[in-house]
This record gives sequence, structure tokens and C-alpha cells, in this order.
Amino acid sequence: MQTAATLKGYRREVSQALANDFLRQAMDNFAVAYRTSRANAFAGMDVERLVAGVAEAKDRALTRLDELYAIFKSRAETMGIRVHLAENAEAANRIVAAIARENRVRTVIKSKSMTAEETLLNHHLEAEGLTVTETDLGEWIIQLRHEGPSHMVMPAIHLSRHQVADLFTQVTGKEQDAEIQRLVKVARRELRRRFVEADMGISGANFAIAATGTIGLVTNEGNARLVTTLPRVHVALVGLDKLVPDLDTALQILRVLPRNATGQAITSYVTWITGPAEYAGAEATAKQMHIVFLDNGRRALARDPIFSQVLRCVRCGACANVCPVYRMVGGHQYGHIYIGAIGLIVTYFFHGRDKARNLVQNCINCGACQAVCAAGIDLPRLIKEVHARIQDEEGHPVESVMLSLVLKNRRLFHTLLRSAQIAQKPVTDQTRYLRHLPHIFFRQHDFRALPAIAEEPFRDQWPRIAPKVPAPRLKVALFAGCVQDFVYPEQLIAGVRLLAAHGIAVAFPMGQSCCGLPVAMMGEKKAALAVARQNVEAIDPQRYDHIVTLCASCASHLTHAYPRLLGDERRLGPAARDFAQKVLPLSVLLNDRVGLDQSLFPETAATAATTYHAPCHLCRGLGVHDAPKELLRQAGCRFAPAAEEETCCGFGGTYSAKFPEISAEILARKLADAQRTGAETLVTECPGCVMQLRGGARRQGLDLSVAHLAEALAARMKARG
Amino acid sequence: MNSTNDSDGREAARRFQQAAEKVSAVVRSMATLEEALAYTLDLCERKQACELLAAGCAEPLSAGAEALCDGKQAKTMAAPNLPPETRERFGGLCHPLGIRLIAGSLRDHLAGIDVGLTLADYGIAETGTLVLDSSSEAVRLATMVSEVHVALLPLSRIRESAAALSAELSGFMQTPSNYLAFITGASRTADIERVLAIGVHGPLELHILLLEDR
Repeated sequence: MQTAATLKGYRREVSQALANDFLRQAMDNFAVAYRTSRANAFAGMDVERLVAGVAEAKDRALTRLDELYAIFKSRAETMGIRVHLAENAEAANRIVAAIARENRVRTVIKSKSMTAEETLLNHHLEAEGLTVTETDLGEWIIQLRHEGPSHMVMPAIHLSRHQVADLFTQVTGKEQDAEIQRLVKVARRELRRRFVEADMGISGANFAIAATGTIGLVTNEGNARLVTTLPRVHVALVGLDKLVPDLDTALQILRVLPRNATGQAITSYVTWITGPAEYAGAEATAKQMHIVFLDNGRRALARDPIFSQVLRCVRCGACANVCPVYRMVGGHQYGHIYIGAIGLIVTYFFHGRDKARNLVQNCINCGACQAVCAAGIDLPRLIKEVHARIQDEEGHPVESVMLSLVLKNRRLFHTLLRSAQIAQKPVTDQTRYLRHLPHIFFRQHDFRALPAIAEEPFRDQWPRIAPKVPAPRLKVALFAGCVQDFVYPEQLIAGVRLLAAHGIAVAFPMGQSCCGLPVAMMGEKKAALAVARQNVEAIDPQRYDHIVTLCASCASHLTHAYPRLLGDERRLGPAARDFAQKVLPLSVLLNDRVGLDQSLFPETAATAATTYHAPCHLCRGLGVHDAPKELLRQAGCRFAPAAEEETCCGFGGTYSAKFPEISAEILARKLADAQRTGAETLVTECPGCVMQLRGGARRQGLDLSVAHLAEALAARMKARG
Repeated sequence: MNSTNDSDGREAARRFQQAAEKVSAVVRSMATLEEALAYTLDLCERKQACELLAAGCAEPLSAGAEALCDGKQAKTMAAPNLPPETRERFGGLCHPLGIRLIAGSLRDHLAGIDVGLTLADYGIAETGTLVLDSSSEAVRLATMVSEVHVALLPLSRIRESAAALSAELSGFMQTPSNYLAFITGASRTADIERVLAIGVHGPLELHILLLEDR
């Protein structure tokens, strides 16, 4: 549970988590194992179609949430269930406590419910004098430790067997060995007794089926079956977002949920309860069943044009499983109560701005969560939207206001970059790196060498180097992006050379500026909009077959954000949509559209091996997985694939300045994977990744050169004869 | 019955078995009910009276949890939803072996039942799942409190997917107080270091006996 009051305090807690070696190892193992088991579980299935189906079904249900609630209530009541609606967390807790009082309940057993975590139900019931026992093994463990969950599906994933053994030693009063199979049996026996004694059982629900008034519970341990069977009162606490119209919708979601959560085709138990079931206990004549639906902002959220898709979430936890930041810091630093990307977003709506303010800044925007989401939620964008909303409510921090002001004025921005080139001289020491960092940077930045600003930006060189291509097969505009224009002009020069050699005429419209992603990442929507307008005005898409960029982040932002930002504007809307459609990464243009001209490359293959890092915004942002590697192979490079090729390098633009320690940890793993291939060159197709990887390799003194794809290909090209 | 249906049925049974075995269920084909009852009896006989390591009796427990062991002496089987005449026949087989067969009052045996024998309503081939109407409390407890759960599944009751069973499932949900269970493999957890452990709250073993009924 993240509760730090300030960003500084949050960073401090993050550092402590980074120093936890067990957590590091556990998270690494999990991240790698999860990918494989998920892939196996979905083998032979059309995952995209399944996910789209869930998204569509949930969206449809959300538009008629009030109606579904009314149907459910009326149906459930005829089945003998008492249905309650709680406006907020406090109200839900009061309703549950009142049910307990009316039934003279003393002891309560619970199965896992994120909704009950959301309302902090246990605290409330305990304050009322009730004894509450969690019966899901992981939940029981964290309850005994007075902690919140660190994962939505595996709440105790942050703990080792030794910590559990110590805990169980305290609980049983007898020494326990740190042997997992035995510890599980100890829990079985200790908890069985609690089941026998309990007066009331509290569960959550994964589904509330309106047509039949049925709740569905998806579990592995089977504790929910005992919770709903043994005590004389059953209360289910259910978020309104769990309402679905019918069984078929529930079954459709059930095909995806366990596969996406834990790589299981189905969980050990799926339980469908339609009314208070037969009860043969001594104390009462009939079982009571209550369902408490929790609103807590959900009904308003369902009507929000931007954020309603948040309620598609089926709580599989996959967004945490694949998140490179979660992997580094663990769940206690990556959510307040709800964990992972979805947690960053819903914290704002369910628990308020104070709890969300720091968390929403800790997204590296790699898109891994969106790619794995069971309901196709555009998580990275919504995290940025929350960030922007909080800044609009509270005021924008000085740095991002400054950057916004500067970026909105292209001439000012470029002038500042040019003066920075001069100003940096004392710290570059005639190298292409900043030898020591000016004090305005965080000290922790030193994990990688930062490149110096180039002496002559690409835009100044362009008139001199622009190639003449007679009778071109294609006409393209080059979108440079600020990093390549001002830091790595040589990457653009290599790219232009490749394009010209393939008979492609290149134009470089001078009015272009930064793509706007850095300000969008900082929650500065207005500045992002202003630079988008500048670029669409600067590059008239009708004049070109394609708009080519060598920066994956620019390409992804231009493609996805421009139509969203400008698409509805009368003046620029059509041009912005056309612009976005014409954007192509260099690799796609060369590999998929024109085909690499192999006669340009020597016939003998290279002796040294080359490996590849897939930029997040290329592989997930644009769905480009193979084109860069195909080009390398065709150009005669000996290709050695790296493990976790598509895992983020830790750059994330301004992210690495805000959370340098996390960025450094992610980078260390990435470089280790590249090194294990034995390759001499690590190629990627994004200047941001180059900056991160090259800076890290240099700082670590590795024998690994890092090159942009354009540089690697141009270097293999035969000299013009 | 024509031969196409028969081969479809065999194919569904094969897929069911494959999926169920993936989650460590034991699946056996039984030509007759007699054979299935004998299998179950044999399983119970060979089993320790109190599954020492597995159920946690051997573990150092708090006094309260340990007291549960006292309530459990003779070997006990529960068969709550067998047809009465089958149950009677089964009881006749249990008695000479000193095994107690019960059908109700399962709350008196919450410390544990050795074997619970149930008749499943349907099987889902895609996931190796049993569908069991558990509206009767005895059925719920027999499939939770038993250390070994043996389920009889008539071959004619196997369907390809949950979706293909939608109408039947909805039918159950039209009945008040319905409690419908999908059961796939034994009770499991991976909550400590993601290491798989079987039998956390429910059965430690699941045996599925595919019953020839065509």
C-alpha cells in the first residue's frame, strides 16, 4: 500500500524496495515464467479476438449499468437474496456491519475480495468488535502481517518461505520449517478450525449475472466454497462493474480471465450461486444471503467518455505481471490498494488524488500492460490522462510548465538547444559525452553516460547533405524528432543515405519540431496539442507518400496521439488523420514497402554477431516485431537473439530523469541479456533507447557497441563505386 | 446410436482426459458401475486413516487445530448424491471393510472425510472440468472436506466447452438456491513463492471415473 505524501518520500520508499534482493529475484522469475505460461494457455486461440470480445461485452454492459443492476436486484430477490447498494466504501462497510449485528455474528471468515480491500472492510468490522479471518492463503498471510496485497491475484508474492515460516511459528506457537508444502498444510489445518467456528462468510464476486441473479466466483484454493457454505450468513461484496447481462457474457470473460491471470485454462473452482443455498447447520433454520453492490464512483465512471473503459477490468492482474517498473519495485510501491497499471488509474477514482499523485508519475509508458490487458484497456494513455487531470486540479510543476512554454515556441526551443551545446563545453571535455553532470541533474543519473548535444544539428547540415535522387520511386518527408536532430544527427544522415540508395527522395520540412511526447508524458496536454499543430502545419501529408521517422517513440506518438488530439478539429483534423496514416518507421518502409536492395551489401556475412533490442513504441506501439531483424539478416549481419528482446530498456524519456534508480535497474537487466548473446553490436531503432543503452554500456565499460538500425545498415553498405 | 456419434464421444472423452490430467487429476475409464465402486473402495482401503503428511496432522499445530484430529477415527466415505439403490449397494461393500459410508450430516465430519464419491452432472472437454450441481450442502462438503474426491462422469455427459453447455447451465440457474460448481483438478495454491501446492483447503486428490453409459 503506497501512502507516501511527497514524490521525494515515494522515491525513498522505492529505493528501499530496489534494495530488497529477494523481491528482485522473485519478481524476475515471475516476469519470465508468466510470459511462457500465458502463451501456453492461449496456444491455438485468437487472443486478440477474445480480448476484443471482452472489451465489447463489458462496454455494452457499462452503458446499461443501472438497468442491469435493476434486473439483477429483482431477479436475485425472487431467489431469496437480499440486495443492497452502497454509495461509497463507508456505506458498504456499514451495511455489512449492520448485517453482522442483526445476526449476532461474532466471527467472520472471508475469501479474497479486492472490493473488500478497497473499502478496508476488515478494519471496519474489527473496530466493531468482530473477529475477521482471511482464508485465502496469501490474504491470510498478509492479514497476519498487517500488510496490504502486493499483487491482485498473488497478494503475498513479495514474501519468502522463510518469512512465512517465521510468521506461522508465531501463529501456532510451534517451530515451523521453511518448507512450502508443509506450510500450506499448516494453513489448511489452522484455517479449517476458523471455518467451523464462523458465523458469517464474506466473499467477493467475479461476475454478477443480471438475467438469473447469479454470482460467479473464480478461485483456486476452494476457500470461497467453504466461506459461502459453512457459516449461516453469506455476504458478497461486489463492485457494480461486475454486472454482466447473462451467463454467456460471463463464460466469454471466463475464457480469458484465468488464462491471462495465471496461465491456467480455468481455475480449480468456478462457483455459481443463485440464492441462499441449503444450510444444515445447527444455529439457524435457513441460510441468509446478501449481496452488497459497491458504487464508490463506478456509476459516474461508467458515464465518463474517456475513463469508462477502466471498468472493463476483470482483475486478472496481468498489467502488473508484465510491467517493468512493478517488476523492479513490487506491488507495495506500485499501487495504493489496486496494484499495477490499472491500480495507478483507479486509485485516483476510488481513493482520491492524494493517493494517486505520486503513483501516476511512475509509468515508463512502455505499453506492455496494454498489450496484455484481458479487456484491451488503453492503460498507458489513461495513466497520462489521470496525471494531466491531477495537474490541472493542483497546478503544474515548474519544470513541466517551463518545458511546455519552450516547446510551444519552436524557435525558442531550438535556440535553447543550440546555446546548451555551447554551455555544455566545460563538461564534455572534447568527447561526445557529458563527462560529469551539471548539478541541476540528480546525482543518481550517473548510471549511464549522457551524450552531449551535437555541434551541428541535423537541420543545419541538411542543406549541405540533402541527396539528389533522380526519378524517385517514392517521395517521403523525414520527421527527425529532437533527439536525433540535436544529439544524434549521424543516425539521420545514415538513414537518408539508405533511403537515397533505394531511390527514395527525402524532404526535410524545417518547420517541424518535437513530436510532443515528452510533454504528454508530463501531463501537459495543452503543450502536446500545440506542438502537434505545428508539425501538421509544417509537413503537408498530401505532398508525400510517407512520413518517415527513425524514432520509434515519435512514430508511435504521431500515429496514435495526433488523430486523437487534432482529429476533431475543423481546420487541421483531416490533415492530422492523413499525417498519422502516412507515418512509417524506417524499418517498415525498407523491409515491408520497398524491400532491401541486397546488392548494396557485401555478399560475405559479418563475423561478429549482432543482437537487437525492440523499442517499446515500435514492437507494442506499432506492432513491428520482425522488420528490423529481417533487415539486419538481409544485410548480412549474423543475428543472435537476446532474451526478453521486447522488454523495456528503462529509458522512457523524462521517466529516467524522474526515477533514475528504477531506470538503472531495468537497464542493467537489458544489458546483461544483450551480453549473454556474445554479440559485439546491439542494434535498436529508437534514439532514446540508443541513449540509454549506449550510455549504460559505456558507464559499465562493456565491450558492446550500440547502434541505431540506420547506422548498422549504413555501415554494412558497400562504398559507392 | 450411430457410429459417428460414438467416435465423437470417444474424441471428447480423450480431450477431457488430456485436459484433466494436465491439472493432475487421475482419470480412469470404467466399463461398469461395479468397477467404479470397486476402484473407489480400493482407493479408500489403501489410504491412511488420517492422511498424515498431506492433511497436516503431522505438522506442529496450535492446540485448537490439533484437536480436530481427535474427531476423526474410523475411515469414512461420503456419497451424498448417488442414487439410493447404488448407495445401498456401495454401503454393503464398505461395511465388511470397516469403512463407514455416510450420505448426510457431513457437518459432523469437518475434520475430514477420507473419500467423497459424487456423480457429476457434466464434463467440459476443453478444460477437463466437472460440472456438479452442489445445491445440496452434503455435496458441497463432500467435494471440499474429503481428502480424496472421486467423481463419476458418464461419458454421454461430456460436452466440448462451457459455451456448448450454456443452456443446461442456465437451466440450473433458474432454480432457487442453486449452487453450481465447476471443478477442475484438486484444490491448489501458489501463494508462497509461486510454488504449486495441492490441497490447500479442499481435496488433495481428484479422481475422475469415466463411466461407459452408451
